[in-house]
Amino acid sequence: MATATTTPSLPTTAAARPLPAGAARSPRKKRSANVVFAVLGVIVFVCSAFPVYWMVSSSFLPTNKVRAATPTFFPGPDDFTLRNYETAIFGQNRAPFLPALETSLKVTFISLLVALVIAFLASVALGRFRFRGRRAFIVSILIVQMIPGEAMLLTYFRMIDSWQMLNTIIGLTILYIASVLPFTVWTLRGFVAAVPMELEEAAMIDGCSRTGAFWRVTFPLLAPGLVSTGVFAFIQAWNEFVLALVIMSRPESMTLPVWLRTFQQATKATDWGALMAGSTLVAIPVVIFFLIVQGRMTGGLVAGAVKG
Amino acid sequence: MTSSTTVAPPGTGLDAPPRRRRRRGSPFPYVLLAPSLAVLLVLVGYPLVNLIITSFQHYGREQAFGQPPTWAGLENYTTVLTSETFYRVLGRSFAFMVVAVVTTFVLGTLLALLMMRLGKAMRMLVSIGLLLAWAMPALTSVIVWGWMFDTQFGVVNHVLTLITGQQWAGHSWLIDPLSFFGVLLLIIVWQGAPFIAFTMYAGLTQVPHEVLEAAQLDGAGAAQRFFRIQVPYVRTIITVLIVLSIIWDLRLFAQVYALQGIGGIVEETSTLGVWIYQVGTASGNYGMSAAAAVVMVVIMLVISSAYVRQTLKEED
Repeated sequence: MATATTTPSLPTTAAARPLPAGAARSPRKKRSANVVFAVLGVIVFVCSAFPVYWMVSSSFLPTNKVRAATPTFFPGPDDFTLRNYETAIFGQNRAPFLPALETSLKVTFISLLVALVIAFLASVALGRFRFRGRRAFIVSILIVQMIPGEAMLLTYFRMIDSWQMLNTIIGLTILYIASVLPFTVWTLRGFVAAVPMELEEAAMIDGCSRTGAFWRVTFPLLAPGLVSTGVFAFIQAWNEFVLALVIMSRPESMTLPVWLRTFQQATKATDWGALMAGSTLVAIPVVIFFLIVQGRMTGGLVAGAVKG
Repeated sequence: MTSSTTVAPPGTGLDAPPRRRRRRGSPFPYVLLAPSLAVLLVLVGYPLVNLIITSFQHYGREQAFGQPPTWAGLENYTTVLTSETFYRVLGRSFAFMVVAVVTTFVLGTLLALLMMRLGKAMRMLVSIGLLLAWAMPALTSVIVWGWMFDTQFGVVNHVLTLITGQQWAGHSWLIDPLSFFGVLLLIIVWQGAPFIAFTMYAGLTQVPHEVLEAAQLDGAGAAQRFFRIQVPYVRTIITVLIVLSIIWDLRLFAQVYALQGIGGIVEETSTLGVWIYQVGTASGNYGMSAAAAVVMVVIMLVISSAYVRQTLKEED
């Protein structure tokens, strides 16, 4: 479904397409151009993947290799150690890892679930009904996304403080619900609108009630949309750092991104090996989830934007 | 037409026409909207009003500990708008934003064009690399780049020593504001270009082949085909991408803040968001911080009105 289909007379893979540069030139020129592009491709891959490789590979190096005049580009089997992970997870003089993991998981999943349910209801209203104030609601959803939350940090702090919710999971969670909600409503609305009404109408002709038709026909078709929207809300909440820094300042209530900051202390040299181990631990779930759903995000922006 | 409809992944039909089916006047949609509306009103509306009120008050440390604030009229705004620091920070933020947006966009577009020229296997390789960069959490990428640019053991200094033959070990990249922003630019472009590249690639593959071929037969060169055919086809995508990039790069916070934590002089490297935060926390001048925040919100809304208008046009 997601592959590009062109007119039948043309081959469908990009490699075989008579692409712009090719036809007018001699085959030899074309071949050398292809080599140049392939080399460029490899360079792009190396440049974009290197920092990630460097993070993971440094995280497994022993300290004397991390703090060495010559960096280790290709670690051998002797250079492999889990010491950095041990330091990162069980290190004594820093905020502990496991409570931070627990806080992060709780905050992320609660805000994800609540935001999904609330946003789902709103997206059904926007995608299935015409009503007075619909346009105003859409405009406000769009505008709210543009308000820089960073400008409101101190207001948030005072609000949560006045509700006695500083350093509590619920305090951070409600802020996260509010910050992922507009985006979640907007994306889900697209998914709801994309399920043809005719399917529901057919089910109603066959004797389903309107509600029944929605739950039995439309809702199952929305499952992929709910999953990918949920994953993106997960990533946003899991990565969020600034609000957590302000709201969860106590060592025992830190989330993982805030915990990562405790590796750098003004008085001591940074333990880069342990810091890379910590970064890997924080980044890995995000990278995996991200790879699962990435295609849907750019697609949403492109769909309908090209006028053919 | 066929290609432009099939490339879109299922279920993302922003172009789907609004359903006019269900009767007007039913309270049901309002019931569905109520929870979202409540959350937005309490957690966005209320703080926003609060922010605006504070911006008209003398609100400092004592008020934070319970003293009733006094009204300041427009004083906070005049302080902000006549402050030299504010304009320096604003200028710095805008200058960085322009450089970052242009670099990210040009590089992203070049990457998209490269992906179109590559064979399947190579395109896969490039995509995986770009996805890795895109997927990294902002904070961890700042930390990793900070490690690569580390003064003593950083890989960048080592490689530069190898290439230039001069001693780079000990060179600090974050102390000098200009090279601080250079490193920041690298981080932003590294993370931002993949999104542009994938979106542009998705858009460019939808440009009908027949049109490009016809132009080629008529003697149009590659550059002409790009600017005269491909660009006009994806014009709306370009608008949205540029507006979004402007907004993202102007409201930069976590990356600047985290990079300042690794090294760098706060006064000379703060961008708008970070400065507003510091005026509030460091000097306890909440009233002035709120006024600056309101100014920032207004700037953002003015810039994003183009995006909002574009999106609404697609909606109807």
